[in-house]
Amino acid sequence: MSWRRFFRRKRADTELAHEIDHYLTEEMNENLAQGMSAGEARRRAYVKFGNPQQVREGVWQKNTFSLIDNLLRDLKYSARTLTKSPGFAVVAILVMALGIGANIALFTVVRSVLLNPLPYHDPGRLFTIFQRPGKGKDVNPYAPVDAGSFAEWKRSAAAVAQLAMVSPWQGYNVSSEAGKLPEQIDAAWCSWDFFPTLGVTPAIGRGFTAEDDRPGAEATVILSSAFWKRRYSSDPAIVGKKIWLDASPYTVIGVMPSSFVYSGSFGGGNAQVWTPVAHEAPSWLMSTHEDHEFLVIARLLPGKTLAGLLSHLNAVQAQISKDHPEPGVRDTVSGRSMLDDAVEGYKTSLYALLSATGCVLLIACLNVASLLVVRAAARSRELAIRTALGGGRLRLLSERLMESFLLSSGGGALGLLLAWGALAWLVRTRHDMNRVEAIHIDAVVVGATLGIILLCALFSAMISAASENGKEILASLQESSRAHSAGRARAGLRKVLLVLEVALTVVLLVGAGLLLKSYQRLRHTDLGVPVDNVLTMHFGLPDARYKDPAQVAAFFERLIERVRALPGVQGAGYVSGAPGQGWNGDNLVSVVEHPPLPKGEGLDLMTRRADPGYFSAIQIPLVRGRIFTLDERLERGHVTVISQSAAQLCFPGEDPIGKHLKVSSEDQVYEVVGVVGDTRWSISQPMHPTFYEPLYGTGQRGATIVIRSAQNVETLAVPVQKIIGQMDPDLPVGNVMTLRETIGKSTIDSQFDSILVLAFAVIALLLAAAGLYGVLAYLVTQRTSEIGIRIALGAQQGLVLRGMLLDGLRPALLGLVLGLGASAASVRLIRSMLYETQPLDPSVFVAVSGMLLVVAGLACLLPAWRASRLDPMQALRTE
Amino acid sequence: MGKKNEPNAEMVKGTLDMMVLRTLVTGDAHGHTIAKVIERTSEDVLEVEQGSLYPALHRLEDRGWVSSYWGASENNRKARFYRLTAAGKKQLVRETNRWRQMARAIALVMGEKTTAEGEQ
Repeated sequence: MSWRRFFRRKRADTELAHEIDHYLTEEMNENLAQGMSAGEARRRAYVKFGNPQQVREGVWQKNTFSLIDNLLRDLKYSARTLTKSPGFAVVAILVMALGIGANIALFTVVRSVLLNPLPYHDPGRLFTIFQRPGKGKDVNPYAPVDAGSFAEWKRSAAAVAQLAMVSPWQGYNVSSEAGKLPEQIDAAWCSWDFFPTLGVTPAIGRGFTAEDDRPGAEATVILSSAFWKRRYSSDPAIVGKKIWLDASPYTVIGVMPSSFVYSGSFGGGNAQVWTPVAHEAPSWLMSTHEDHEFLVIARLLPGKTLAGLLSHLNAVQAQISKDHPEPGVRDTVSGRSMLDDAVEGYKTSLYALLSATGCVLLIACLNVASLLVVRAAARSRELAIRTALGGGRLRLLSERLMESFLLSSGGGALGLLLAWGALAWLVRTRHDMNRVEAIHIDAVVVGATLGIILLCALFSAMISAASENGKEILASLQESSRAHSAGRARAGLRKVLLVLEVALTVVLLVGAGLLLKSYQRLRHTDLGVPVDNVLTMHFGLPDARYKDPAQVAAFFERLIERVRALPGVQGAGYVSGAPGQGWNGDNLVSVVEHPPLPKGEGLDLMTRRADPGYFSAIQIPLVRGRIFTLDERLERGHVTVISQSAAQLCFPGEDPIGKHLKVSSEDQVYEVVGVVGDTRWSISQPMHPTFYEPLYGTGQRGATIVIRSAQNVETLAVPVQKIIGQMDPDLPVGNVMTLRETIGKSTIDSQFDSILVLAFAVIALLLAAAGLYGVLAYLVTQRTSEIGIRIALGAQQGLVLRGMLLDGLRPALLGLVLGLGASAASVRLIRSMLYETQPLDPSVFVAVSGMLLVVAGLACLLPAWRASRLDPMQALRTE
Repeated sequence: MGKKNEPNAEMVKGTLDMMVLRTLVTGDAHGHTIAKVIERTSEDVLEVEQGSLYPALHRLEDRGWVSSYWGASENNRKARFYRLTAAGKKQLVRETNRWRQMARAIALVMGEKTTAEGEQ
């Protein structure tokens, strides 16, 4: 027995037929030669040979793997029955495609983002090390590190791990050159051993050396592949050339490979260039213990553990904290794997989405199973007859399996396409997500798709097969069509499926409702200022060209005057960080008039530098006192305006005007002259007490211009950029956006999650409604004659309607109760995704219940109404 | 394969294959000739059982004891000829020995004198 024979059996059969023919002719000829009549000769020959058909069938059977043959036959048969009811097939395949597609897409994302190792050498030994600021419960334990501590860690931990540091939130102005516009780029400062620690090397040129990473070295830079391609059109001779960053020349020494990306919980994925930190950072920043501007990465040496490294570093840090009593010095070290650091923020929402799609898939399977049950019911006679003729249970089952396999593989193929489209869309829309570039469909995903298809096929087939047993099959032969016991039993199983479906739907709806509500809350959060018609743009003046603080102030002043003179501008001002656009720095302060605070308990105020015009331009209300004036600048600039919450924090129950605040890291004292309203630094974060100092007094080189207009503020962007271009053609402008866009950008996460879960919930609701409708419609057809008799005997239409409605709504109600219970238990898992919304928000639960009941009622109403309108004569005749 | 087991006891079970192989020793033949030769040489005592010849040939070919090809029959019709392979010859020797042992054993039991032709 061989495969060759199996595939050639058709030819073998024709040959055999020829052979048999030949035999019979020979025999006939012989008989004729013996003098028989033609008819007799023929008859004798056939009698002698026996039944040719039987011989052929025997040989055919021998050439066949019967299992495969059966499967192929089932496949053919199932395909034929499915094409006979294309409506059913199309609906079932679409339902499966939705379920499978969504799951594949989410599985791919989870796998690529959360599970796949980082693209570095031996990534399992890479960790990110942080400092924990304070002991409070709600502080982020993974906060940046100061360079002073890092230097001591590196000295003492050399036997445990290789340490390197990076500051991923830097930026440069790239000067205009050879017809290219100036631009602002994101950049990272890193210690020279940053790339060796990750285990990556530049694709072209060399990496940094310790020689490059010191204050007096020649300026060097390594480019990202994307930046090299975009701005230098992949110039192969770039290494050794000079580019102008912040108006100073830097020698390009290398280009990273295109696959390289570093991004952690503090970003970094957008870095276009890397520069050596000791050369770039001012020397005080490299030795201070109070300014936390760096992230530390560690590669553990073989045999060492993170816990070991942390306990070692904690001992060092405790000593540092003892030696340096300043309030900004931290005393605890924390760390986690680099992968966790990159994706921790997405874990909850991705797993929540994955479980949502899991629910949808389960519902889809239940729906297909329930469709199969109906089909089986409709074909019960046929099946019974086949059983009676000796069709084995296994054969009948395998046929059912084949049918559901066909459906789910159709759905799976379509689903894979859907997933592919969805992923392409996701990668396009979610640049902000870490590791989004790693998302792709690979062999494992395709394998998982096959697994899902098989599982779905098995699941649906088994459920529908469980709905019948041998007894029933025989019974349905004897059963007159008027009886409907078997029909009811099947409907009973479908009702159980429906209860599950409705319950899952309720869970999804509740999740979607909570996320949506949280998103609404987020959208309507008060930034502290009116957000419409405010335009912001950012620029920074390079040291190399604007050496003197007075020069910087002059530039600022000339620019803002010209901007204010533009037609349509109602107000314009500068601030170091506009509301909603990020943290932008904080300082520990103390009140000069108060007794000194114990160590580690400084008052943490967010620091903003602003010009006097800023407050009226963005419309932050003045509560007390005054705003600083234009001539309070440079050495006369030691005045401050604080926000209301800062006033409450620093001067509880006192009048802050005229009091003094001391900024501990600068050793400067500021007199409080005014109190203004609070603003939010991030839409999803609580207000933070803020401290404003005069922009012109601080040597601040970068600023955000804030422009308010009565209408269409976007149209002012080009004129303002033109003015800047006239004043300094090398000065790039970045982050040109309205405050509205800022809010949109920072709520994209929440919007994304809530819209997706809502979409899944709506799909689930539709499927559940279709299920409810289907079951009730089926019941009505089954009971047509019974209802006809009842109506003929005088049953009221209303009564029939109510009876049928209740019949259909019962599973919905049961599912609702079950689903509400399950939701109450599971919503705690998404607590971290909710903004100012309680997981057990009663309004969401009530709204979901109401919506579900309405939809279920509508789904049941049509068949119930049809039942109540039955014409009894007609009904009794339909047999 | 589900053949009717008529008491056509002419053919002792399992001997058809051996006899087919034996017929082919004298030269290639097609199905009809094989059946005829077996019948003639057994003086019409043995009749090849209805419909069992072709499954037998198929089986022998499957095991590699005979090979087949299409050729022209005596009266110039297209026919499938069978040829004994080297493996088939060995098999024939094995089967013949087995058969002789069996026949002698049965004869002993039945109390008949063995003829000299079986020399062990």
